[in-house]
Amino acid sequence: MSGVAAVLSRRGQHTLARREARRFHLFVSPWVIGFVLFTGGPILASIAISFTHWNLLRSPTWAGLANYQKMVNDPEFWDSIGNTFYFGLGAVSLGVVFTFALALLLNQPLRFQGLFRTVMYLPSVVSGVATALLWLNILHPDFGLINKLLALVGVSGPPWLGSTEWAMPALILMSVWGAGNTIVIYLAGLQGIPKTLYEAAEIDGASWWRRFWSVTVPMMSPVIFFNVVTGFIASIQAYTLILIMTEGGPANSTMVLGLYIYRQAFVFFDMGYAAALSWAMFLIVIVVTLIQFGLARRWVHYEFH
Amino acid sequence: MLVETKAAPDLRRPGRATMTSGQAERVRRAQRAGAYVLLIAATGVFLLPFLWMVTTSLKSDAENLAFPPEFLPSSFHFENYARGWSGSLPFTRFLVNTIVITALSMAGNLISCVLPAYAFARMRARLGAFLFALMLGTMMIPREITLVPKYILFAKLGWVDTYLPLIVPEFFGVALYIFLLRQFFTTIPQELIDAARIDGASEWRILWKIMLPLSKPALAAIMLFSFVGNWNQYLESVIYLRTTEKFTIPLGLGMFSGQYATQYNQMMAVSIVAMMPIVVLFFIAQKTFIRGVTLTGIAGR
Repeated sequence: MSGVAAVLSRRGQHTLARREARRFHLFVSPWVIGFVLFTGGPILASIAISFTHWNLLRSPTWAGLANYQKMVNDPEFWDSIGNTFYFGLGAVSLGVVFTFALALLLNQPLRFQGLFRTVMYLPSVVSGVATALLWLNILHPDFGLINKLLALVGVSGPPWLGSTEWAMPALILMSVWGAGNTIVIYLAGLQGIPKTLYEAAEIDGASWWRRFWSVTVPMMSPVIFFNVVTGFIASIQAYTLILIMTEGGPANSTMVLGLYIYRQAFVFFDMGYAAALSWAMFLIVIVVTLIQFGLARRWVHYEFH
Repeated sequence: MLVETKAAPDLRRPGRATMTSGQAERVRRAQRAGAYVLLIAATGVFLLPFLWMVTTSLKSDAENLAFPPEFLPSSFHFENYARGWSGSLPFTRFLVNTIVITALSMAGNLISCVLPAYAFARMRARLGAFLFALMLGTMMIPREITLVPKYILFAKLGWVDTYLPLIVPEFFGVALYIFLLRQFFTTIPQELIDAARIDGASEWRILWKIMLPLSKPALAAIMLFSFVGNWNQYLESVIYLRTTEKFTIPLGLGMFSGQYATQYNQMMAVSIVAMMPIVVLFFIAQKTFIRGVTLTGIAGR
């Protein structure tokens, strides 16, 4: 009898799991259909293109591994990887901490809170051209706001975008300043923390710092994780502002991989090489992301396992 | 299904010496003052680009070319707004086009991101992890490289110079938004869902009555991103739209700088008008980011 019951219940669990799987497929279908129709094809095509010579005008010719061989022996490619990591690590680490602090501030029940939040979001809305022009002015070695302020305290500022040493830090500063979306995501996350947790902590006599580390950070960890992962992906791919600001210079010191790919594709019209470089970038991004997912097990706290 | 993790807060520790209410009040007031000082300082830095846009939009054509540029114009030229908006380019027409494309794309984004996000967050299936990894993978491929194959695809469908390449893909999920929503769905306590399941609620009901109401801030964030993204969309519009009548505001702004390479004053004037809807929407949306999504019925957590 008990054996039959066990079999029955096991079968019951089996059909339950099957039903859940069926529902899963129904729910994810919008994305899966879109992937098959609009994304999968172009991705496969770009793999094929990476094995060809193609300048967009004439039809592609087979190149075998030539593009990949060229890449391995291309010193500019390796330099651009170094620059990409410099920019990515700088922008993400500075950005994640700075925007989190701002979001915490903007989450305080203060007057004019809505106004403050709107102002912090403004840079993300201002058109790219305006942003670039503004920063070119702010960073100008002689007339720029930053160096004028530095001069007031007796420091002679660096030539920023004109120097191989300071161009990248300047671009990192800029990227942090335009991170309104990250602030919004943090703010949204902060609303989801049940008030009861803070009340309980307060009753237990936890200090502000302790409440931050033991309630806010673990409860926010999925959101912080999201910002770190997507921030890395975005900064490894970023190039538009760098293109307008420095065009990769001076002396290739801000030539990141995204900009190098853009150059190969739409300046030299070497689509095959650009495609091969893109797959190298994809590989870099995926390795970094996998490492992050691996580390996440240690610090990201989910409600569901 | 609830698993206590290492990260679960352990707050019990010997209570500190309690403060008198007067001391506590003083500490609170000092904290609030500090917060205001920091916020006002940050506001200055963040407001700068916008102020700069405003002052540039009010400069005379001659002052526009001055180098080094002065922050404040010597006289205010409000006519730049009218000249820019109703000059040689039909910006009112562009505005209507932009509204149509943005509204349809936003609707598509919202519908097609909620369902997969819920599935990835709370349902189990053998392909689940694989599909999730695949979706994240699509975010990692540089967009420039699928641009050309995608164009060939849409050209074969006869969609060039229509809004279809801009709108239709928006109805099939955006990986970034799905990932974001999924992260928020994972923070909702499992007890709430289990309780609803025991009461016989369907997945749709759980989604509609529990997940979505508790994720309002995240939904507001996604709507905002979708709005801004579609409103400012430039690259794809430039590729697919050919007839001037069909152009959007960003394309108009682009043409503007091509036509009058130096007339930044008018360009900034139109940019300011074009970004106003976003600012207004943001001001409304940020109100959902107010503390107080209270989770009732889960005592002892």
